[in-house]
Amino acid sequence: MICKGTVHKYGDHVDTDVIIPARTLNNPDPAFLMQHCMEDIDKEFVTRVKPGDIMVAGLNFGCGSSREHAPISIKASGISCVIAESFARIFFRNSINIGLPVMECPQAAKDAQMGDVIEANLDTGEIRNITRGKTYTAVPFPPFMQRIISAGGLVPYTRAKIEGESI
Amino acid sequence: MSMTMTQKILAAKAGLPEVSAGDLVECNLDLVFANEITGPVAIDEFYKMGVEKVFDTKKIALVPDHFTPNKDIAAASLAKKMREFARAMNIEHYFEVGRVGIEHALLPEKGLIRPGDAVIGADSHTCTHGALGAFATGVGSTDMAAGMATGTGWFKVPEAIKVVLEGQMSPYVSGKDVILHLIGILGVDGARYRSLEFCGNISGLSMDDRFTIANMAIEAGAKNGIFPVDELTMEYIAGHGGNAGVAYSADADAQYVQEIVIDLAKVPLTVAFPHLPENARSIDEAEALDIAIDQVVIGSCTNGRIDDMRAAAAILKGRVIHENVRCIVIPATQDVWKQCVDEGLMNIFIDAGAVVSTPTCGPCLGGHMGILAEGERCVSTTNRNFVGRMGHVSSEVYLASPVVAAASSITGKISGPAALEKEFSHDL
Repeated sequence: MICKGTVHKYGDHVDTDVIIPARTLNNPDPAFLMQHCMEDIDKEFVTRVKPGDIMVAGLNFGCGSSREHAPISIKASGISCVIAESFARIFFRNSINIGLPVMECPQAAKDAQMGDVIEANLDTGEIRNITRGKTYTAVPFPPFMQRIISAGGLVPYTRAKIEGESI
Repeated sequence: MSMTMTQKILAAKAGLPEVSAGDLVECNLDLVFANEITGPVAIDEFYKMGVEKVFDTKKIALVPDHFTPNKDIAAASLAKKMREFARAMNIEHYFEVGRVGIEHALLPEKGLIRPGDAVIGADSHTCTHGALGAFATGVGSTDMAAGMATGTGWFKVPEAIKVVLEGQMSPYVSGKDVILHLIGILGVDGARYRSLEFCGNISGLSMDDRFTIANMAIEAGAKNGIFPVDELTMEYIAGHGGNAGVAYSADADAQYVQEIVIDLAKVPLTVAFPHLPENARSIDEAEALDIAIDQVVIGSCTNGRIDDMRAAAAILKGRVIHENVRCIVIPATQDVWKQCVDEGLMNIFIDAGAVVSTPTCGPCLGGHMGILAEGERCVSTTNRNFVGRMGHVSSEVYLASPVVAAASSITGKISGPAALEKEFSHDL
Protein backbone atom coordinates (compact mmCIF):
# COMPACT_ATOMS: atom_id res chain seq x y z
CA MET A 1 0.00 0.00 0.00
CA ILE A 2 1.28 3.46 -0.94
CA CYS A 3 0.52 6.60 1.11
CA LYS A 4 1.19 9.95 -0.54
CA GLY A 5 0.47 13.38 0.84
CA THR A 6 1.59 16.66 2.32
CA VAL A 7 3.58 16.70 5.55
CA HIS A 8 2.29 18.13 8.83
CA LYS A 9 5.41 18.36 10.98
CA TYR A 10 5.67 18.30 14.79
CA GLY A 11 8.47 18.10 17.35
CA ASP A 12 9.58 15.68 20.08
CA HIS A 13 7.40 14.13 22.81
CA VAL A 14 4.03 15.00 21.29
CA ASP A 15 1.73 13.53 23.94
CA THR A 16 -1.74 12.07 23.55
CA ASP A 17 -3.21 14.91 25.63
CA VAL A 18 -2.34 17.37 22.85
CA ILE A 19 -3.25 14.91 20.09
CA ILE A 20 -6.72 14.68 21.59
CA PRO A 21 -7.46 16.60 24.82
CA ALA A 22 -9.35 14.86 27.65
CA ARG A 23 -12.18 17.41 27.45
CA THR A 24 -13.29 15.64 24.27
CA LEU A 25 -13.09 12.10 25.66
CA ASN A 26 -16.72 12.08 26.77
CA ASN A 27 -17.56 11.34 23.11
CA PRO A 28 -15.64 8.51 21.41
CA ASP A 29 -17.20 9.09 17.95
CA PRO A 30 -14.30 9.39 15.44
CA ALA A 31 -16.24 12.05 13.48
CA PHE A 32 -16.33 14.19 16.62
CA LEU A 33 -12.77 13.45 17.75
CA MET A 34 -11.31 14.42 14.35
CA GLN A 35 -12.60 17.96 14.80
CA HIS A 36 -10.34 18.39 17.83
CA CYS A 37 -7.24 16.50 16.72
CA MET A 38 -4.01 18.40 17.55
CA GLU A 39 -5.96 21.57 18.44
CA ASP A 40 -3.90 22.41 21.53
CA ILE A 41 -0.64 22.67 19.58
CA ASP A 42 -1.87 23.35 16.04
CA LYS A 43 -5.28 24.98 15.78
CA GLU A 44 -5.20 25.04 11.96
CA PHE A 45 -4.45 21.32 11.57
CA VAL A 46 -8.08 20.24 11.20
CA THR A 47 -8.80 22.84 8.52
CA ARG A 48 -5.48 22.32 6.72
CA VAL A 49 -5.38 18.50 6.61
CA LYS A 50 -6.43 16.75 3.41
CA PRO A 51 -7.17 13.04 2.97
CA GLY A 52 -3.91 11.15 2.45
CA ASP A 53 -1.68 13.70 4.21
CA ILE A 54 1.23 12.49 6.30
CA MET A 55 2.03 13.39 9.89
CA VAL A 56 5.72 13.59 10.73
CA ALA A 57 7.17 13.98 14.23
CA GLY A 58 10.32 13.70 16.31
CA LEU A 59 11.08 11.43 19.26
CA ASN A 60 8.60 9.54 21.44
CA PHE A 61 5.47 10.46 19.45
CA GLY A 62 2.23 9.66 21.32
CA CYS A 63 3.66 9.53 24.84
CA GLY A 64 1.44 9.70 27.89
CA SER A 65 -2.13 8.49 28.20
CA SER A 66 -3.12 5.16 26.62
CA ARG A 67 -6.25 6.68 25.07
CA GLU A 68 -6.90 4.97 21.77
CA HIS A 69 -8.88 8.09 20.89
CA ALA A 70 -5.50 9.61 19.88
CA PRO A 71 -4.70 7.35 16.88
CA ILE A 72 -8.45 7.16 16.13
CA SER A 73 -8.64 10.96 15.82
CA ILE A 74 -5.53 11.09 13.61
CA LYS A 75 -6.88 8.36 11.34
CA ALA A 76 -10.32 9.99 11.15
CA SER A 77 -8.74 13.34 10.24
CA GLY A 78 -7.56 11.80 6.97
CA ILE A 79 -3.90 11.23 7.83
CA SER A 80 -2.73 8.17 5.89
CA CYS A 81 0.49 7.47 7.79
CA VAL A 82 2.53 8.78 10.73
CA ILE A 83 6.33 8.85 10.38
CA ALA A 84 8.39 9.60 13.49
CA GLU A 85 11.93 9.35 14.82
CA SER A 86 10.45 7.08 17.49
CA PHE A 87 7.06 6.23 18.98
CA ALA A 88 5.85 5.79 22.55
CA ARG A 89 5.06 2.14 23.19
CA ILE A 90 1.31 2.21 23.84
CA PHE A 91 0.58 4.62 20.98
CA PHE A 92 2.54 2.43 18.55
CA ARG A 93 0.63 -0.65 19.64
CA ASN A 94 -2.75 1.12 19.51
CA SER A 95 -2.03 2.41 16.01
CA ILE A 96 -1.27 -1.08 14.72
CA ASN A 97 -4.38 -2.39 16.46
CA ILE A 98 -6.75 0.15 14.88
CA GLY A 99 -5.07 0.16 11.47
CA LEU A 100 -3.31 3.55 11.46
CA PRO A 101 -0.03 3.01 9.57
CA VAL A 102 3.02 4.12 11.56
CA MET A 103 6.63 4.11 10.38
CA GLU A 104 9.74 4.63 12.45
CA CYS A 105 12.43 6.36 10.40
CA PRO A 106 14.65 8.88 12.21
CA GLN A 107 16.32 10.47 9.18
CA ALA A 108 13.13 10.82 7.12
CA ALA A 109 11.43 12.39 10.13
CA LYS A 110 14.32 14.79 10.77
CA ASP A 111 14.59 15.94 7.14
CA ALA A 112 10.89 16.41 6.38
CA GLN A 113 9.44 19.88 6.80
CA MET A 114 5.92 21.23 6.94
CA GLY A 115 4.45 21.17 3.44
CA ASP A 116 6.86 18.64 1.89
CA VAL A 117 5.28 15.91 -0.19
CA ILE A 118 6.11 12.35 0.89
CA GLU A 119 5.33 8.98 -0.63
CA ALA A 120 5.55 6.01 1.74
CA ASN A 121 5.37 2.36 0.72
CA LEU A 122 4.01 0.43 3.70
CA ASP A 123 4.95 -2.93 2.20
CA THR A 124 8.61 -2.21 1.48
CA GLY A 125 9.19 0.45 4.15
CA GLU A 126 10.51 2.87 1.51
CA ILE A 127 9.84 6.54 2.20
CA ARG A 128 10.41 9.07 -0.61
CA ASN A 129 10.51 12.78 0.16
CA ILE A 130 9.53 14.07 -3.29
CA THR A 131 10.10 17.71 -2.37
CA ARG A 132 13.68 17.06 -1.24
CA GLY A 133 14.49 14.23 -3.62
CA LYS A 134 15.57 11.86 -0.85
CA THR A 135 14.74 8.22 -0.17
CA TYR A 136 14.81 6.39 3.16
CA THR A 137 13.98 2.95 4.56
CA ALA A 138 11.86 2.62 7.71
CA VAL A 139 12.54 0.17 10.52
CA PRO A 140 10.68 -3.02 9.46
CA PHE A 141 7.82 -4.41 11.56
CA PRO A 142 8.47 -7.70 13.36
CA PRO A 143 6.75 -10.59 11.48
CA PHE A 144 4.20 -11.10 14.29
CA MET A 145 3.08 -7.49 14.03
CA GLN A 146 3.03 -7.78 10.26
CA ARG A 147 0.43 -10.55 10.63
CA ILE A 148 -1.82 -8.23 12.70
CA ILE A 149 -1.37 -5.49 10.10
CA SER A 150 -2.12 -7.91 7.22
CA ALA A 151 -5.26 -9.08 9.00
CA GLY A 152 -6.41 -5.44 9.10
CA GLY A 153 -5.86 -4.81 12.83
CA LEU A 154 -6.27 -6.68 16.09
CA VAL A 155 -10.07 -7.07 15.84
CA PRO A 156 -10.09 -9.12 12.61
CA TYR A 157 -6.89 -10.88 13.76
CA THR A 158 -8.51 -11.94 17.05
CA ARG A 159 -11.77 -12.78 15.31
CA ALA A 160 -9.97 -15.11 12.93
CA LYS A 161 -8.06 -16.65 15.82
CA ILE A 162 -11.23 -17.27 17.85
CA GLU A 163 -13.08 -18.73 14.86
CA GLY A 164 -10.07 -20.88 14.01
CA GLU A 165 -9.92 -22.29 17.52
CA SER A 166 -13.63 -23.09 17.71
CA ILE A 167 -13.59 -25.12 14.50
CA MET B 1 19.58 -18.49 31.08
CA SER B 2 19.24 -15.59 33.49
CA MET B 3 16.12 -13.48 33.68
CA THR B 4 14.85 -10.29 35.29
CA MET B 5 11.74 -10.30 37.47
CA THR B 6 9.60 -9.09 34.57
CA GLN B 7 11.03 -11.72 32.23
CA LYS B 8 10.33 -14.51 34.76
CA ILE B 9 6.67 -13.51 35.05
CA LEU B 10 6.25 -13.29 31.27
CA ALA B 11 7.92 -16.71 30.84
CA ALA B 12 5.67 -18.29 33.47
CA LYS B 13 2.51 -16.77 32.00
CA ALA B 14 3.52 -17.84 28.49
CA GLY B 15 4.21 -21.37 29.72
CA LEU B 16 7.86 -21.17 28.65
CA PRO B 17 10.93 -22.22 30.64
CA GLU B 18 12.70 -19.02 29.65
CA VAL B 19 12.39 -15.89 27.56
CA SER B 20 14.86 -13.29 26.32
CA ALA B 21 14.51 -9.57 25.67
CA GLY B 22 12.95 -9.06 22.24
CA ASP B 23 10.96 -12.34 22.22
CA LEU B 24 7.28 -12.02 21.33
CA VAL B 25 5.20 -14.04 23.75
CA GLU B 26 1.52 -14.68 24.34
CA CYS B 27 0.65 -14.64 28.02
CA ASN B 28 -2.33 -15.72 30.08
CA LEU B 29 -3.74 -12.72 31.92
CA ASP B 30 -4.77 -12.64 35.58
CA LEU B 31 -6.65 -9.35 35.39
CA VAL B 32 -7.91 -7.18 32.53
CA PHE B 33 -9.40 -3.80 33.44
CA ALA B 34 -10.60 -0.48 32.06
CA ASN B 35 -12.22 2.78 33.10
CA GLU B 36 -15.29 4.51 31.67
CA ILE B 37 -13.27 6.37 29.00
CA THR B 38 -11.36 3.42 27.58
CA GLY B 39 -13.93 0.73 28.51
CA PRO B 40 -16.76 1.78 26.18
CA VAL B 41 -14.38 1.84 23.18
CA ALA B 42 -13.16 -1.64 24.21
CA ILE B 43 -16.76 -2.89 24.49
CA ASP B 44 -17.47 -1.91 20.86
CA GLU B 45 -14.30 -3.67 19.70
CA PHE B 46 -15.12 -6.71 21.87
CA TYR B 47 -18.42 -7.26 20.04
CA LYS B 48 -16.71 -6.76 16.67
CA MET B 49 -14.50 -9.74 17.53
CA GLY B 50 -17.57 -11.92 17.27
CA VAL B 51 -17.63 -13.09 20.88
CA GLU B 52 -20.59 -13.10 23.20
CA LYS B 53 -18.95 -13.81 26.54
CA VAL B 54 -15.89 -12.57 28.38
CA PHE B 55 -13.18 -15.15 29.08
CA ASP B 56 -13.70 -15.04 32.86
CA THR B 57 -16.23 -12.92 34.76
CA LYS B 58 -13.91 -12.83 37.80
CA LYS B 59 -10.79 -11.63 35.99
CA ILE B 60 -12.15 -8.41 34.56
CA ALA B 61 -12.53 -5.16 36.47
CA LEU B 62 -14.50 -2.16 35.22
CA VAL B 63 -13.85 1.03 37.16
CA PRO B 64 -15.77 4.22 36.34
CA ASP B 65 -13.34 6.71 37.89
CA HIS B 66 -12.32 9.39 35.40
CA PHE B 67 -15.39 11.61 34.91
CA THR B 68 -17.44 10.25 37.82
CA PRO B 69 -19.68 11.24 39.54
CA ASN B 70 -20.76 11.91 35.95
CA LYS B 71 -19.65 15.39 34.89
CA ASP B 72 -22.07 15.79 31.99
CA ILE B 73 -24.60 13.93 29.85
CA ALA B 74 -22.00 12.56 27.42
CA ALA B 75 -19.86 11.22 30.29
CA ALA B 76 -22.98 9.76 31.92
CA SER B 77 -23.68 7.89 28.69
CA LEU B 78 -20.21 6.33 28.77
CA ALA B 79 -20.64 5.27 32.39
CA LYS B 80 -24.07 3.83 31.50
CA LYS B 81 -22.65 1.86 28.62
CA MET B 82 -19.98 0.29 30.82
CA ARG B 83 -22.49 -0.42 33.63
CA GLU B 84 -24.85 -2.17 31.22
CA PHE B 85 -22.02 -4.24 29.78
CA ALA B 86 -20.89 -5.23 33.29
CA ARG B 87 -24.43 -6.37 34.10
CA ALA B 88 -24.94 -8.18 30.80
CA MET B 89 -21.62 -10.02 31.15
CA ASN B 90 -22.03 -10.64 34.87
CA ILE B 91 -18.67 -8.98 35.58
CA GLU B 92 -17.91 -9.50 39.25
CA HIS B 93 -15.59 -6.55 39.75
CA TYR B 94 -17.66 -3.59 38.64
CA PHE B 95 -17.50 -0.70 41.08
CA GLU B 96 -20.39 1.77 41.21
CA VAL B 97 -20.06 5.37 42.45
CA GLY B 98 -20.15 5.09 46.23
CA ARG B 99 -17.85 2.06 46.08
CA VAL B 100 -15.55 3.15 43.28
CA GLY B 101 -12.14 4.71 43.68
CA ILE B 102 -9.31 5.58 41.31
CA GLU B 103 -8.54 2.26 39.62
CA HIS B 104 -4.84 2.04 40.49
CA ALA B 105 -5.53 2.74 44.15
CA LEU B 106 -8.71 0.66 44.29
CA LEU B 107 -7.65 -2.64 42.69
CA PRO B 108 -4.76 -3.39 45.10
CA GLU B 109 -6.97 -2.31 48.00
CA LYS B 110 -9.57 -4.88 46.90
CA GLY B 111 -6.95 -7.63 46.82
CA LEU B 112 -7.21 -8.03 43.05
CA ILE B 113 -3.48 -7.81 42.31
CA ARG B 114 -1.12 -10.56 43.44
CA PRO B 115 2.65 -10.90 43.19
CA GLY B 116 3.56 -12.69 39.97
CA ASP B 117 0.33 -11.73 38.16
CA ALA B 118 0.22 -10.57 34.56
CA VAL B 119 -2.14 -7.62 34.33
CA ILE B 120 -3.24 -5.32 31.53
CA GLY B 121 -5.31 -2.20 32.03
CA ALA B 122 -6.66 0.22 29.46
CA ASP B 123 -4.97 3.08 31.26
CA SER B 124 -1.33 4.04 31.02
CA HIS B 125 -0.81 4.12 34.79
CA THR B 126 -1.50 0.39 35.05
CA CYS B 127 2.24 0.10 35.73
CA THR B 128 1.36 1.13 39.33
CA HIS B 129 0.63 -2.51 40.19
CA GLY B 130 4.26 -3.49 39.71
CA ALA B 131 4.65 -2.20 43.29
CA LEU B 132 3.21 -5.56 44.37
CA GLY B 133 5.67 -7.60 42.28
CA ALA B 134 3.25 -8.12 39.40
CA PHE B 135 3.83 -7.50 35.69
CA ALA B 136 1.33 -4.77 34.88
CA THR B 137 1.24 -2.64 31.77
CA GLY B 138 -1.05 -0.11 30.15
CA VAL B 139 -2.69 -0.86 26.82
CA GLY B 140 -5.32 0.69 24.59
CA SER B 141 -8.96 -0.24 24.22
CA THR B 142 -8.53 -2.78 21.41
CA ASP B 143 -5.91 -4.75 23.37
CA MET B 144 -8.27 -4.60 26.34
CA ALA B 145 -11.08 -5.97 24.15
CA ALA B 146 -8.90 -8.86 22.97
CA GLY B 147 -7.92 -9.50 26.60
CA MET B 148 -11.58 -9.64 27.67
CA ALA B 149 -12.38 -11.99 24.80
CA THR B 150 -9.43 -14.39 25.04
CA GLY B 151 -7.79 -13.90 28.44
CA THR B 152 -4.46 -13.54 26.70
CA GLY B 153 -2.23 -10.73 25.52
CA TRP B 154 0.89 -10.56 23.40
CA PHE B 155 4.01 -8.82 24.62
CA LYS B 156 7.50 -8.11 23.45
CA VAL B 157 9.73 -9.20 26.32
CA PRO B 158 11.38 -5.95 27.45
CA GLU B 159 15.00 -5.16 28.11
CA ALA B 160 15.48 -3.89 31.63
CA ILE B 161 16.90 -0.93 33.49
CA LYS B 162 18.03 -1.71 37.03
CA VAL B 163 17.35 1.03 39.55
CA VAL B 164 19.31 0.40 42.74
CA LEU B 165 18.03 2.34 45.73
CA GLU B 166 20.49 2.96 48.54
CA GLY B 167 20.28 4.67 51.91
CA GLN B 168 17.25 6.33 53.47
CA MET B 169 15.13 9.26 52.37
CA SER B 170 15.51 12.58 54.20
CA PRO B 171 12.62 13.92 56.28
CA TYR B 172 9.64 15.08 54.17
CA VAL B 173 11.03 13.33 51.07
CA SER B 174 8.73 10.64 49.65
CA GLY B 175 8.32 8.21 46.76
CA LYS B 176 7.09 11.07 44.57
CA ASP B 177 10.40 12.90 44.91
CA VAL B 178 12.30 9.69 44.13
CA ILE B 179 10.39 9.04 40.91
CA LEU B 180 10.48 12.68 39.73
CA HIS B 181 14.22 12.67 40.41
CA LEU B 182 14.62 9.42 38.43
CA ILE B 183 12.55 10.71 35.49
CA GLY B 184 14.77 13.80 35.57
CA ILE B 185 17.76 11.48 35.06
CA LEU B 186 16.16 9.17 32.47
CA GLY B 187 14.08 11.69 30.52
CA VAL B 188 10.52 11.02 29.34
CA ASP B 189 11.66 8.39 26.85
CA GLY B 190 14.72 7.10 28.70
CA ALA B 191 13.01 3.82 29.57
CA ARG B 192 10.95 3.50 26.38
CA TYR B 193 9.98 -0.14 25.76
CA ARG B 194 11.96 -1.22 28.83
CA SER B 195 11.07 -2.43 32.30
CA LEU B 196 12.20 -0.43 35.31
CA GLU B 197 13.33 -2.98 37.89
CA PHE B 198 13.67 -1.43 41.33
CA CYS B 199 15.89 -3.12 43.88
CA GLY B 200 18.29 -2.43 46.73
CA ASN B 201 17.17 -0.86 49.96
CA ILE B 202 13.42 -0.83 49.49
CA SER B 203 12.63 -1.63 53.11
CA GLY B 204 12.39 2.05 53.99
CA LEU B 205 9.79 2.65 51.31
CA SER B 206 6.17 2.26 52.41
CA MET B 207 3.78 0.44 50.07
CA ASP B 208 2.29 3.82 49.20
CA ASP B 209 5.76 5.11 48.27
CA ARG B 210 6.23 2.06 46.04
CA PHE B 211 2.85 2.54 44.37
CA THR B 212 3.77 6.16 43.62
CA ILE B 213 7.15 5.20 42.17
CA ALA B 214 5.82 2.35 40.01
CA ASN B 215 2.89 4.55 38.93
CA MET B 216 5.12 7.02 37.12
CA ALA B 217 7.34 4.45 35.34
CA ILE B 218 5.28 5.26 32.23
CA GLU B 219 6.41 8.90 32.45
CA ALA B 220 9.90 7.68 31.57
CA GLY B 221 8.33 5.69 28.72
CA ALA B 222 8.67 2.34 30.52
CA LYS B 223 6.56 -0.69 29.72
CA ASN B 224 6.33 -1.50 33.41
CA GLY B 225 7.92 -0.80 36.75
CA ILE B 226 8.40 -3.58 39.27
CA PHE B 227 9.43 -4.01 42.90
CA PRO B 228 10.71 -7.14 44.62
CA VAL B 229 8.29 -8.84 46.99
CA ASP B 230 9.24 -8.47 50.67
CA GLU B 231 7.55 -8.77 54.05
CA LEU B 232 5.86 -5.42 53.64
CA THR B 233 4.34 -6.55 50.32
CA MET B 234 3.01 -9.71 51.95
CA GLU B 235 1.62 -7.73 54.91
CA TYR B 236 -0.18 -5.46 52.45
CA ILE B 237 -1.57 -8.41 50.50
CA ALA B 238 -2.73 -10.15 53.67
CA GLY B 239 -4.28 -6.93 54.97
CA HIS B 240 -6.31 -6.51 51.81
CA GLY B 241 -7.70 -9.98 51.46
CA GLY B 242 -5.37 -10.86 48.62
CA ASN B 243 -3.88 -14.16 47.61
CA ALA B 244 -0.13 -14.59 48.17
CA GLY B 245 0.53 -15.19 44.48
CA VAL B 246 4.05 -16.07 43.37
CA ALA B 247 7.02 -13.98 44.46
CA TYR B 248 9.56 -13.96 41.63
CA SER B 249 13.02 -12.54 42.03
CA ALA B 250 15.57 -11.56 39.42
CA ASP B 251 18.50 -13.88 38.81
CA ALA B 252 21.77 -12.52 40.17
CA ASP B 253 23.22 -12.48 36.66
CA ALA B 254 20.13 -11.09 34.91
CA GLN B 255 20.96 -8.74 32.04
CA TYR B 256 20.27 -5.02 32.28
CA VAL B 257 20.92 -2.47 29.56
CA GLN B 258 21.49 0.23 32.16
CA GLU B 259 21.99 0.49 35.89
CA ILE B 260 21.16 3.60 37.90
CA VAL B 261 22.09 3.93 41.55
CA ILE B 262 20.09 6.39 43.59
CA ASP B 263 21.28 7.46 47.01
CA LEU B 264 17.92 8.16 48.63
CA ALA B 265 19.53 10.47 51.18
CA LYS B 266 20.53 12.79 48.34
CA VAL B 267 17.11 12.97 46.70
CA PRO B 268 15.75 16.46 47.38
CA LEU B 269 12.11 17.51 47.48
CA THR B 270 11.54 17.68 43.75
CA VAL B 271 9.24 19.64 41.45
CA ALA B 272 8.72 18.85 37.74
CA PHE B 273 8.22 22.07 35.79
CA PRO B 274 5.92 22.48 32.78
CA HIS B 275 5.51 20.86 30.32
CA LEU B 276 7.26 17.52 30.78
CA PRO B 277 7.71 15.30 33.85
CA GLU B 278 11.47 15.18 33.11
CA ASN B 279 11.86 18.87 33.99
CA ALA B 280 12.83 18.01 37.56
CA ARG B 281 14.23 20.71 39.82
CA SER B 282 15.01 20.72 43.52
CA ILE B 283 12.72 22.63 45.84
CA ASP B 284 15.52 25.14 46.45
CA GLU B 285 15.73 25.92 42.74
CA ALA B 286 11.94 26.17 42.54
CA GLU B 287 11.58 28.41 45.60
CA ALA B 288 14.24 30.78 44.29
CA LEU B 289 12.03 31.56 41.30
CA ASP B 290 9.18 32.81 43.50
CA ILE B 291 6.41 31.23 41.44
CA ALA B 292 2.93 32.35 42.52
CA ILE B 293 0.18 29.73 42.13
CA ASP B 294 -3.61 29.66 41.80
CA GLN B 295 -4.47 26.07 42.64
CA VAL B 296 -3.22 22.99 44.44
CA VAL B 297 -4.46 19.45 43.79
CA ILE B 298 -3.66 16.66 46.25
CA GLY B 299 -4.86 13.28 45.02
CA SER B 300 -4.81 11.02 41.90
CA CYS B 301 -3.59 7.47 41.22
CA THR B 302 -0.12 8.80 41.98
CA ASN B 303 -0.70 10.42 45.36
CA GLY B 304 -4.24 9.87 46.63
CA ARG B 305 -3.49 7.14 49.20
CA ILE B 306 -3.56 7.39 52.98
CA ASP B 307 0.17 8.15 53.36
CA ASP B 308 -0.35 11.08 50.99
CA MET B 309 -3.36 12.35 52.91
CA ARG B 310 -1.46 12.11 56.19
CA ALA B 311 1.56 13.92 54.77
CA ALA B 312 -0.62 16.74 53.44
CA ALA B 313 -2.59 16.98 56.68
CA ALA B 314 0.60 17.17 58.77
CA ILE B 315 1.54 20.30 56.82
CA LEU B 316 -1.94 21.85 56.74
CA LYS B 317 -2.72 21.26 60.42
CA GLY B 318 -3.33 24.55 62.21
CA ARG B 319 -2.59 26.55 59.07
CA VAL B 320 -4.76 28.35 56.55
CA ILE B 321 -4.70 28.05 52.75
CA HIS B 322 -3.39 31.21 51.09
CA GLU B 323 -6.16 33.58 50.01
CA ASN B 324 -5.16 33.35 46.33
CA VAL B 325 -5.16 29.55 46.26
CA ARG B 326 -7.87 26.93 45.73
CA CYS B 327 -6.72 23.74 47.44
CA ILE B 328 -8.51 20.59 46.23
CA VAL B 329 -7.96 17.35 48.14
CA ILE B 330 -9.15 14.09 46.57
CA PRO B 331 -8.77 10.84 48.53
CA ALA B 332 -8.37 8.15 45.87
CA THR B 333 -10.85 5.61 47.22
CA GLN B 334 -13.81 5.36 49.58
CA ASP B 335 -11.60 3.52 52.09
CA VAL B 336 -9.01 6.30 52.03
CA TRP B 337 -11.81 8.86 52.35
CA LYS B 338 -13.23 7.07 55.39
CA GLN B 339 -9.80 6.75 56.91
CA CYS B 340 -9.37 10.51 56.52
CA VAL B 341 -12.57 10.95 58.52
CA ASP B 342 -11.59 8.40 61.18
CA GLU B 343 -8.13 9.89 61.66
CA GLY B 344 -9.42 13.48 61.85
CA LEU B 345 -7.64 14.49 58.63
CA MET B 346 -10.89 15.69 57.11
CA ASN B 347 -11.28 18.33 59.82
CA ILE B 348 -7.73 19.49 59.20
CA PHE B 349 -8.38 19.90 55.47
CA ILE B 350 -11.67 21.72 55.99
CA ASP B 351 -10.36 23.95 58.78
CA ALA B 352 -7.43 24.94 56.56
CA GLY B 353 -9.86 26.01 53.84
CA ALA B 354 -9.35 23.12 51.42
CA VAL B 355 -12.21 21.51 49.53
CA VAL B 356 -12.43 17.70 49.68
CA SER B 357 -13.86 15.81 46.72
CA THR B 358 -15.17 12.28 46.46
CA PRO B 359 -12.81 9.88 44.65
CA THR B 360 -12.24 10.78 40.98
CA CYS B 361 -9.39 11.25 38.51
CA GLY B 362 -11.16 14.56 37.75
CA PRO B 363 -8.69 17.44 37.46
CA CYS B 364 -5.57 15.34 36.75
CA LEU B 365 -6.55 14.96 33.11
CA GLY B 366 -8.54 18.18 32.87
CA GLY B 367 -11.79 16.27 33.23
CA HIS B 368 -13.66 18.10 35.98
CA MET B 369 -13.36 19.19 39.65
CA GLY B 370 -10.65 21.79 39.16
CA ILE B 371 -10.02 22.85 35.57
CA LEU B 372 -7.46 25.64 35.09
CA ALA B 373 -8.25 28.93 33.32
CA GLU B 374 -5.96 30.82 30.93
CA GLY B 375 -2.54 31.44 32.44
CA GLU B 376 -3.30 29.76 35.78
CA ARG B 377 -0.69 27.76 37.66
CA CYS B 378 -1.24 24.65 39.72
CA VAL B 379 1.00 22.61 42.01
CA SER B 380 -0.33 19.10 41.68
CA THR B 381 0.49 15.70 43.11
CA THR B 382 -0.66 14.13 39.84
CA ASN B 383 1.56 12.63 37.13
CA ARG B 384 1.52 14.76 33.97
CA ASN B 385 2.20 18.41 33.28
CA PHE B 386 1.72 18.36 29.50
CA VAL B 387 0.40 21.40 27.61
CA GLY B 388 -3.29 21.81 28.44
CA ARG B 389 -3.34 18.69 30.60
CA MET B 390 -5.42 20.31 33.36
CA GLY B 391 -7.33 22.86 31.37
CA HIS B 392 -6.48 25.92 29.29
CA VAL B 393 -3.62 25.48 26.86
CA SER B 394 -1.70 28.33 28.53
CA SER B 395 -2.15 26.98 32.07
CA GLU B 396 0.80 25.40 33.89
CA VAL B 397 1.10 22.30 36.07
CA TYR B 398 4.00 21.76 38.48
CA LEU B 399 4.24 18.16 39.68
CA ALA B 400 5.23 17.62 43.29
CA SER B 401 4.68 15.54 46.41
CA PRO B 402 1.77 16.03 48.85
CA VAL B 403 4.19 17.77 51.25
CA VAL B 404 5.28 20.35 48.66
CA ALA B 405 1.72 20.77 47.35
CA ALA B 406 0.37 21.37 50.85
CA ALA B 407 3.18 23.77 51.78
CA SER B 408 2.65 25.68 48.52
CA SER B 409 -1.06 26.01 49.24
CA ILE B 410 -0.18 27.85 52.47
CA THR B 411 2.42 30.24 51.06
CA GLY B 412 0.69 30.82 47.70
CA LYS B 413 3.88 30.03 45.82
CA ILE B 414 5.92 26.90 45.14
CA SER B 415 7.41 26.05 48.53
CA GLY B 416 8.76 23.25 50.64
CA PRO B 417 7.95 22.78 54.32
CA ALA B 418 11.07 24.73 55.36
CA ALA B 419 9.45 27.89 53.98
CA LEU B 420 6.61 27.45 56.47
CA GLU B 421 9.03 27.23 59.38
CA LYS B 422 10.72 30.43 58.22
CA GLU B 423 7.38 32.19 57.91
CA PHE B 424 6.34 30.97 61.33
CA SER B 425 9.50 32.18 63.05
CA HIS B 426 9.15 35.51 61.26
CA ASP B 427 5.64 35.89 62.68
CA LEU B 428 6.98 35.37 66.18
